[in-house]
Amino acid sequence: MILFQNVSKRYPTGQEALGQLNLEVDAGEMAFLTGHSGAGKSTLLKLIAMIERPSRGHIVVNGKNLHNLPKRRIPQFRRDIGIIFQDHHLLHDRSVFDNVALPLIIAGFRQQEIGRRVRASLDKVGLLHKEKAFPVTLSTGEQQRVGIARAVVNRPPILLADEPTGNLDPALSREIMGLFEEFNQVGTTILVASHDLDLITPMGKRMISLKDGRLLADQAAAEVQA
Amino acid sequence: MSARSANMSPRGAKSRRPDVHARAAAWALSHARSLFFSLGKLYRAPMASLMTMAVIGVALALPTGLYLMLSNLEAISGGWDESAQISLFLEQSVSDEKAEALAKELRLRDDVGEARAIGKEAALAEFRELSGFGAALDALSDNPLPAVVVVQPGMALKDPLRIQQLVYDLEKQPGVARAQLDLQWVQRLYAIMETAQRGVLVIGTMLGLAVLLVVGNTIRLDIQNRRDEIEVAKLIGATDAFIRRPFLYGGIWYGLLGGVLGLVMVEASLGFLAEPVNRLAGLYGGHFELLDLDLGSAAMVLLIAIGLGLGGSWLAVGRHLSDIEPR
Repeated sequence: MILFQNVSKRYPTGQEALGQLNLEVDAGEMAFLTGHSGAGKSTLLKLIAMIERPSRGHIVVNGKNLHNLPKRRIPQFRRDIGIIFQDHHLLHDRSVFDNVALPLIIAGFRQQEIGRRVRASLDKVGLLHKEKAFPVTLSTGEQQRVGIARAVVNRPPILLADEPTGNLDPALSREIMGLFEEFNQVGTTILVASHDLDLITPMGKRMISLKDGRLLADQAAAEVQA
Repeated sequence: MSARSANMSPRGAKSRRPDVHARAAAWALSHARSLFFSLGKLYRAPMASLMTMAVIGVALALPTGLYLMLSNLEAISGGWDESAQISLFLEQSVSDEKAEALAKELRLRDDVGEARAIGKEAALAEFRELSGFGAALDALSDNPLPAVVVVQPGMALKDPLRIQQLVYDLEKQPGVARAQLDLQWVQRLYAIMETAQRGVLVIGTMLGLAVLLVVGNTIRLDIQNRRDEIEVAKLIGATDAFIRRPFLYGGIWYGLLGGVLGLVMVEASLGFLAEPVNRLAGLYGGHFELLDLDLGSAAMVLLIAIGLGLGGSWLAVGRHLSDIEPR
């Protein structure tokens, strides 16, 4: 589903964020991306979502070689990827419902279909009763869950999350991770960047460790034991 | 429907693309959403929107008003066409009968409206009556005046080149000594009005440019204010066209509503002027109705306004939207 071949990323500032990275994540797999801040986790996710382009090497996502993907195809490509950020990126002048509906509006769904899907998605993250609320009135955990609802409302085959529990307490974090596991169970490929080893190690999923932009360790799910 | 059920599966990426019909419907839906969304945004910030529209309105009302003034002037001076005439002074040797024949011949020409011969005696009588040199004429043994043919041009005076050509042609007719165009001042007036028309065009163009820039700047600020939203939209797969659309519709609304405001201003000014104009016309013993903006011209003003609004927002969107990329 996601394939990195000899990928390097050097920013215009000269900083090398990733070097010679080889990586493969299968369809339907759930994996964690760990490492200290600055290890290259965010850069790796940005390369998958085509927010950044690699300086060298090839990336294949969802059967598409990103090297050959023209700029005008990027929007369509991104609709197959749900992205969750640490600071959730919600629009504050719109209700929870409208925030979650945005990907569907962009994709051109009809109104009834949007209503149905948004409510299903909000129900999934347990916020159906908050659909009319505005993001500022929600707690941090709730805001993050709205962000997740928005990322999955389009039912993308790939879900990327960058430190989704960075601002949450352990109980809420556990809850969020539980949500990801549920999405993974219905076949979504999930890649979560997190440095919170205490939280993710017990989950027994594959762990990809980065250090200074290079692959430090890649433990398969079977090797990671609670 | 199979495409829809395939949507339910997270792996059904390939079959997610809807068919042509559904895509056309989605496209129309997206346009409708942008249309109302942008209108709603104007409504939510009524003061700011109204200010922008007022600027556009004033900028459009000025050239429209000037244009209307010129149309009115043209309507007044239109009646003067008939009083323009060319006097053909014939040679002394030409008899009254020959003058009559010449007038008859000239009447057949396309560029001649009317031609009338004045015989030598008639000319003398007219001169005696009008000039006050009656006594002096009595002292002459012969009638010194030639026969005259008075020609009314068949075209409007607004066409000075063709009139000049007509005068030139007539002067070359056998027996014609001199052709004199009367009422040159009417022509001069037309020339002045033509200059004024050009002036209105220049002013209109400059103010149109101002509208373009006002809308462009308003939309540019709007884009900057909604930077976060644009970034998020791009991240979740919005095409450039999708992001552009509400801004372009915003420009169209600014243009349309500003244009309506401009027309209202013109109409109000017209109503304000109507009474003194009528009194003035009454003093000259005439009746004159101020010409109102006709439906076609009003529609044209609105169309131009919409075009300028769209153009302005297009400029802003083209320049500033591509700068915003998710980081």
